[in-house]
Amino acid sequence: MMGAERKFKLAMYWAASCGGCEISVLNIGERLLEVDAAFDVVFWPVAFDFKYSDLRAYPDGYIDLCLFNGAIVNSENEEIAHLLRQKSKLLVAFGSCASAGGIPALANLTTRSAIFQTVYLNNPSIDNPDQVLPEPTYSAQEGELQIPTFYPTVKKLEQVVEIDYVIPGCPPEADQIWQVLQSVISILQNGTPLPPKGAVLGAMDTAVCKECVLEKHEKQIARFYRPYEIIPEPGLCLLEQGLVCLGPATRGGCGALCPKVGIGCRGCYGPLDGVDDQGARILAALSSVISAGDPKEEEQEIERKIDAAIGTLVDPAGAFYRFGMAGSLLIRARNGGSR
Amino acid sequence: MSESTYEPIIIGFLCNWCSYRAADLAGTARLHYSTNMRPIRVMCSGRVEPDLVLAALRNGADGVLIAGCHPGECHYLEGNLKTLRRYKLLKRMLAQFGIEKERVQLVWASASEGSALANAINRMTQELRQLGPLRWQETVIKRVDLQPAKTVEMVRDPVGEEV
Repeated sequence: MMGAERKFKLAMYWAASCGGCEISVLNIGERLLEVDAAFDVVFWPVAFDFKYSDLRAYPDGYIDLCLFNGAIVNSENEEIAHLLRQKSKLLVAFGSCASAGGIPALANLTTRSAIFQTVYLNNPSIDNPDQVLPEPTYSAQEGELQIPTFYPTVKKLEQVVEIDYVIPGCPPEADQIWQVLQSVISILQNGTPLPPKGAVLGAMDTAVCKECVLEKHEKQIARFYRPYEIIPEPGLCLLEQGLVCLGPATRGGCGALCPKVGIGCRGCYGPLDGVDDQGARILAALSSVISAGDPKEEEQEIERKIDAAIGTLVDPAGAFYRFGMAGSLLIRARNGGSR
Repeated sequence: MSESTYEPIIIGFLCNWCSYRAADLAGTARLHYSTNMRPIRVMCSGRVEPDLVLAALRNGADGVLIAGCHPGECHYLEGNLKTLRRYKLLKRMLAQFGIEKERVQLVWASASEGSALANAINRMTQELRQLGPLRWQETVIKRVDLQPAKTVEMVRDPVGEEV
């Protein structure tokens, strides 16, 4: 406990996100009491009743540590990102959405109008006889009403404001969060030097495969399977069994939790150091395990086998950039993509 | 650049052992062919990581040509077959990004096939002329607007065009 010493200021915000990041923070369990001893929460919309006006009233740099989760999908997300940058000493892109776009950024494979069509008009559960679509402004009797503008392209936090650190994961694992919080507390209390700006915290610098317990052999697969199509052999590498696993191209630190229970790595911890494009790397890794390619075979036969194997991959872009679309080299599809 | 003066830029990744020599041969044989390809020599077509293709497309190329040895003739036994697997998957994925199949092509050209390589470059140049420019920087990256400070006004425009 810190006694009468100054408590540090903590904020957490969700932009376009699901709330899983906050749950993961709560999952640190009773260690929350130590966080509470070190920090005063000054803004955390999910857990506390602070308003944007409270945030605006704080002096610049008032918040010592801000954990920002969620992607930037609309003008509200972006406005609060700028505001939190201004008010925070340390701004952390927390979780896959803030650090790489996450699931919301899969929207970059299509267009805003196609999303609106689906969400507000075409979904079977929609009852919208007047075909009402969200408009940023609306003139009501009481005056003009405004809602945030939905952007055509989903961005990661770093594409909107400068960030200090990244804690990856969907969600970041509680133990990793706790380790980062502990070291931040110790840095703030003792004035020890900060990690270099832009560092990825709460993760390893080796691939998920490195900490995956499944047994690995040489990989030669004739086709890919979707998770419902086979029951994987326990204890064996999932990729060898034809299940798409992003482990070879994904940063470890999660404890390889998904492969451990028979689900291929989804890639949520993002690319390894020095990699520009996680999807391109997993594309290279997956295509190298396709068994077709005996140089003694006829070229047509080789091509046929490759086509057959690749044909079983249903949505390559969605699978390879499940969490990393906003951070990818191409960032988004053009002309609405093609499906 | 107006459409009428548009000339496609093709980044060519040529295998050191065959296609780069085919390009040399095309030169020494004084073959006339399109000047649109910028050749980059690589030790094997299998060395061409998908990132390199994406980076070329992002940074201004209208198309990417990968040229390697015929199957069975790879200097490293099966590097070109690895290329073929990667290339097919990459094309499938690029289609999801709205990138036409003509923009990324794979050809086999042995060291003696200077004219085959020249023909492939001519054909691809012609196809890309018809498709028009890609200009990923101008049409996608700049409109997504990634610069923190200067761009807020533009992204907040509620009637911004779809990319």
